[in-house]
Amino acid sequence: MKQDTVSDRRKFILSLARGAGLSAMGALVWSAYVEEVKAAPLVLRPPAARDEADFLKTCIKCGLCVEACPYDTLHLAAPGEHKPIGTPYYTPRETPCYMCDDIPCVPVCPTEALQPESVQSVENGKKVWDIEKMDMGVAVVDSQSCIAFWGIQCDACYRACPLLDHAIKLKYEQNSRTGKHAFLKPEVVPDVCTGCGLCEHACVTEKASIIVLPREVAQGRAGNYYVKGWDKNDQMRVKNATGGTTTTERSKRKAIDTLNDTGDLFE
Amino acid sequence: MKYLILRRIVQIGLLVLYAAANWYGFKTILQGDLSASLLFQSVPLADPFAVLQMFAAGAALASTVLVGAAIIFVFYALIGGRAFCSWVCPVNMVTDAANWTRRKLQVSKVQKRVYMSRSLRYWVLGLSLLLSVFTGVAAFEMISPISMFHRGVVFGMGFGAAALLVIFLFDLFVHENGWCGHICPLGGFYALIGRFSLIRVKHDADACTACMHCKEVCPEKEVLFMIAKSSESVLMGECTNCGRCIDVCNDDALGFSLRSYAKQRKEQS
Repeated sequence: MKQDTVSDRRKFILSLARGAGLSAMGALVWSAYVEEVKAAPLVLRPPAARDEADFLKTCIKCGLCVEACPYDTLHLAAPGEHKPIGTPYYTPRETPCYMCDDIPCVPVCPTEALQPESVQSVENGKKVWDIEKMDMGVAVVDSQSCIAFWGIQCDACYRACPLLDHAIKLKYEQNSRTGKHAFLKPEVVPDVCTGCGLCEHACVTEKASIIVLPREVAQGRAGNYYVKGWDKNDQMRVKNATGGTTTTERSKRKAIDTLNDTGDLFE
Repeated sequence: MKYLILRRIVQIGLLVLYAAANWYGFKTILQGDLSASLLFQSVPLADPFAVLQMFAAGAALASTVLVGAAIIFVFYALIGGRAFCSWVCPVNMVTDAANWTRRKLQVSKVQKRVYMSRSLRYWVLGLSLLLSVFTGVAAFEMISPISMFHRGVVFGMGFGAAALLVIFLFDLFVHENGWCGHICPLGGFYALIGRFSLIRVKHDADACTACMHCKEVCPEKEVLFMIAKSSESVLMGECTNCGRCIDVCNDDALGFSLRSYAKQRKEQS
């Protein structure tokens, strides 16, 4: 009987291929999983957190911020909570951030995934904590379910806001349905709002009608090609701007020729 | 049983200390978790493997966590060896339970042998770093059942228990010492850095009666190649310094010792 022999060369090459193949298989499954779980844009991070991609790189998941929080606002994401595993987050409807003056959760971070400088300002040459610089998200009002928009007087969110009358303003409007009452509509000032979520926590509707969202999710971006001509500072942006001309095949013709050219319309 | 009991006291004691910091605010001794913590409210500690992955992911690391990782690194490299795996890691209790059950049920006797290389963990270790580069996050930390278990006890378990059950079943029915002895890259990491540590198990071949109880119970059998053959220290990095072999030895042929850095005298018994 003829014996199957496997040459050393074949053995060597096959074992290399096997190692590479198995590693590639593992790497694909593993990285697919990691890419999926880190894509959770609706997570609200602790104060002074870096932007999400950087935060995920830098957070070591030790929970020292969680333990430092006196209100048990922060939690570490457990498996099954559909958030990047082990990272700190908060749910304002359950427990908002009470914006402590000394911000105990930030300085304990060993990796500076929470950056102290981003919530400090300089006073008399000294660095002091400045919680109002914090930016965890931005509150958004659902004007359809907010009862203030119905004409019912409610200023729960307005009163709950720690930056009273700065981050949420009440807009007075006439209620034309009754003709004699006023609307007191809450309006968030996105630049000022810190995303603490006290408004969401205070909201009286069954499901909160004012909710905090990560800025990246809640806000749009106009793009730098729009200039506010009425705003002196913004207008400065185009002071020394030089225009560019885009030339295409069609640019060779005059506009009037293009208008007069009926092409095969009447044929 | 001496070292087994000691190990359980250390393992559970650490869990209790960490958990007490979060649940009851007892932060005097330890706070945080195994990824990074604060000892005596002043000394930072950090998992050097996690830090290495974060470095690979491209994070700009703060000095606190680097100091913490250096402390842990130096401790295991110079003194403890791979002791993290058997004295600190909580998953060790799960895999020990699986192993115990496996021995009691004699699973190994009915099971077809599945071959898995012990060097698999070094591949997983390499992949952890490589994937950290490509995904931009510490890749093993996203799936680590060790952190899941520890964080679970300290901060809330969620479905983390499922991962532990998977490890238990894997070690029980698929492969003996499958997780700790073959796959876990953190174990591989500590095996690499603990290679030259001071604390070592020492074998005395003259006292040995070759009953092989030690090999039966050892989770990293290869490291005990010298049993009944020659008197020498167990020098392979894979030894976790768990002391199980010492516990089961009836002949006083095994014991902890300090490594002598002078060249070992090999005796044939």
